[in-house]
Amino acid sequence: MTSRTASFGLGDRLARWLHLAFCAAVFVFLIAPMLVVVPLSFNAEPYFTFSEGMLALDADAYSLRWYRNIVEDEEWRLALANSLFIGLAAAAIATVLGVLAALGLTSPAMPGRALVTGLLISPMITPIIISAAGMFFFYSYLGLSQTHLSLVLAHAALGTPFVVITVTATLAGFDRNLVRAAESLGAGPFVVFRRVQLPLIAPGVIAGALFAFAASFDEVVTVLFLGGLEQRTIPRQMWAGIREQISPEILAVATFLVAFVLVLMGVVEWLRGRHGHQGEPAP
Amino acid sequence: MALSLAGARVRAAALTLPLVAFIGVTFLAPLGLMLARSVHEPLVADSLPDTLAVLENWDGVSLPGEDVFQALARELLTLHKQRSLGGVATRVNRLESGMRSAIVRTARQLRNADPGSWREAMIAAAPIWNEPKAWRALQRSGERYTLRHFLHALDLERDSEGNVVAQPPDQRIYLSLLGRTLMVSVVITVICLILGYPVAYLIANSPPSRSNLLLLLVLVPFWTSLLVRTTSWIVLLQNQGVINDLLVAVGLTTEEGRIPMIYNMTGTLVAMTQILLPFMVLPLYAVMRTIAPSQMRAAAALGASFGQAFVRVYWPQTLPGIAAGSLLVFILSIGYYITPALVGGRTGQLISNLIAYHMQQSLNWGLAAALGAILLVCVALLFFLFNRLVGVERMRFT
Repeated sequence: MTSRTASFGLGDRLARWLHLAFCAAVFVFLIAPMLVVVPLSFNAEPYFTFSEGMLALDADAYSLRWYRNIVEDEEWRLALANSLFIGLAAAAIATVLGVLAALGLTSPAMPGRALVTGLLISPMITPIIISAAGMFFFYSYLGLSQTHLSLVLAHAALGTPFVVITVTATLAGFDRNLVRAAESLGAGPFVVFRRVQLPLIAPGVIAGALFAFAASFDEVVTVLFLGGLEQRTIPRQMWAGIREQISPEILAVATFLVAFVLVLMGVVEWLRGRHGHQGEPAP
Repeated sequence: MALSLAGARVRAAALTLPLVAFIGVTFLAPLGLMLARSVHEPLVADSLPDTLAVLENWDGVSLPGEDVFQALARELLTLHKQRSLGGVATRVNRLESGMRSAIVRTARQLRNADPGSWREAMIAAAPIWNEPKAWRALQRSGERYTLRHFLHALDLERDSEGNVVAQPPDQRIYLSLLGRTLMVSVVITVICLILGYPVAYLIANSPPSRSNLLLLLVLVPFWTSLLVRTTSWIVLLQNQGVINDLLVAVGLTTEEGRIPMIYNMTGTLVAMTQILLPFMVLPLYAVMRTIAPSQMRAAAALGASFGQAFVRVYWPQTLPGIAAGSLLVFILSIGYYITPALVGGRTGQLISNLIAYHMQQSLNWGLAAALGAILLVCVALLFFLFNRLVGVERMRFT
């Protein structure tokens, strides 16, 4: 068991190198676009290509001016506040409802599981333009368009599938005998959940909540349809910036979002590291 | 025992109930409302009730009588006063071009006079009232329930006899757009499979520490903002962008010969492939890591070449992953909106972009809803297939 891969005859080594080169190219294709944004956000000039000074690593060619612009700009500050508020509220709703539903869906007694699961996942699969158009009619009809409430509810609906899927996956590795043991000792359903199940599935719940938050934090189409000037979020600001004229300000925000996702992934990895891989029985 | 099983069923269902209710109200109800708009258009019927009532006795060929003219004139004047003429005029105009200006002009001119004959006054204001087609358009736009948006979405219409016929050639855009969207989705799915399969294989067959690292290279872009990734592609691909600068610098192209790679179909294809690739790699990886490497070693030990071992042993076992990844990428592609809207230019638009156009610019919400309904049926069928073949519980994001 020294080598994990099988060993084949002549030409095998060449094929393996070709395979590695191909994969390296694909990884570059996946990652490079995000990396290009980071250095360009420090461009002292209002262009989004590398200036000669930048390539020569001239310190004067780099600047924090775009970051300063963003921090000082009222619109971006409002956008950040809106994004955080809508994201947190939506993630909270999605997490509570999603965890409850996942508990039901993983129960062996759940009737019509495939149908209900499909239904609950549908917001993730439905083309966003259709969801957003429908929500536009719906919230206009209720007189709730251009309110934060409509966006919180919309993003909560779009975020629940992430919670359901993540928590369901965590619960799949959950030993139901623990529930029976607790019940036989006289614990009621609420106590069983809080003292036995929740601590064990907490990593999945947190991951699901983070994904629901991230989904809201990156959602622009419902904001375009439901939001007004007061509800502008970070993606909405970026959308406007990309549509009109890309200024390096957008790249500075993009860099911030890349850093955000790296932190998010770090937290999720840390949770996984502590509790073993999803779908695999915990040690 | 049976009682406790029934209790468990009720309890499980009760746990899902809050979310089912929430999704029902905040997601399915809006969808239903949108779908209803594709066949239900009550505005004209509600605005011109008297006219439509007297028009029912019209033979459809000759000029309607004075009573019809009078009813319409009165209702148009009322609408004009209420400032709600525009919506009605626009809807009638969709069935017969020229009706919008005719209606607006008529209402404006009639206001100034109390004519002896409404018919003469209206024809003087807009000669189109002399033609039966104007009245047919009025009558048909007054149908509360209609299939014309679906006909329109399929490049069809009703002629004056009510037969379903093809739209004039210059109006036929939706079927070809639907075809283009499906074609683009197939191309992206195939490219993702070609790029993703070897990568998933590498990740699944690396030692755990390295495979975790490689997996992160897939997960980080997967979770990075769509807008960030789309912005990056603009930075890379635009005419004054990084790649063109590089090509000019190394002399592969000239300053004038910069390659247009964005704001066209190329931009849509490149950016969407990168954005959707993780949806292919992750399900493939999930399947591949369950295939023991010892199987390939066994095949080699029995004298199989790598090619033989791969085709006979490995590939068949990855088919569920291929199905999952391909269906997922395909489903997401056909409904894609953001990226084509930002980098697709004029030629790289997909069906979702046209729905957005009718929602936001032309304000033809009935047509937007009909196009949305057609798209939704495609997605629902594919999702049903996905659920059957793969099962949603096999999806993963970490």
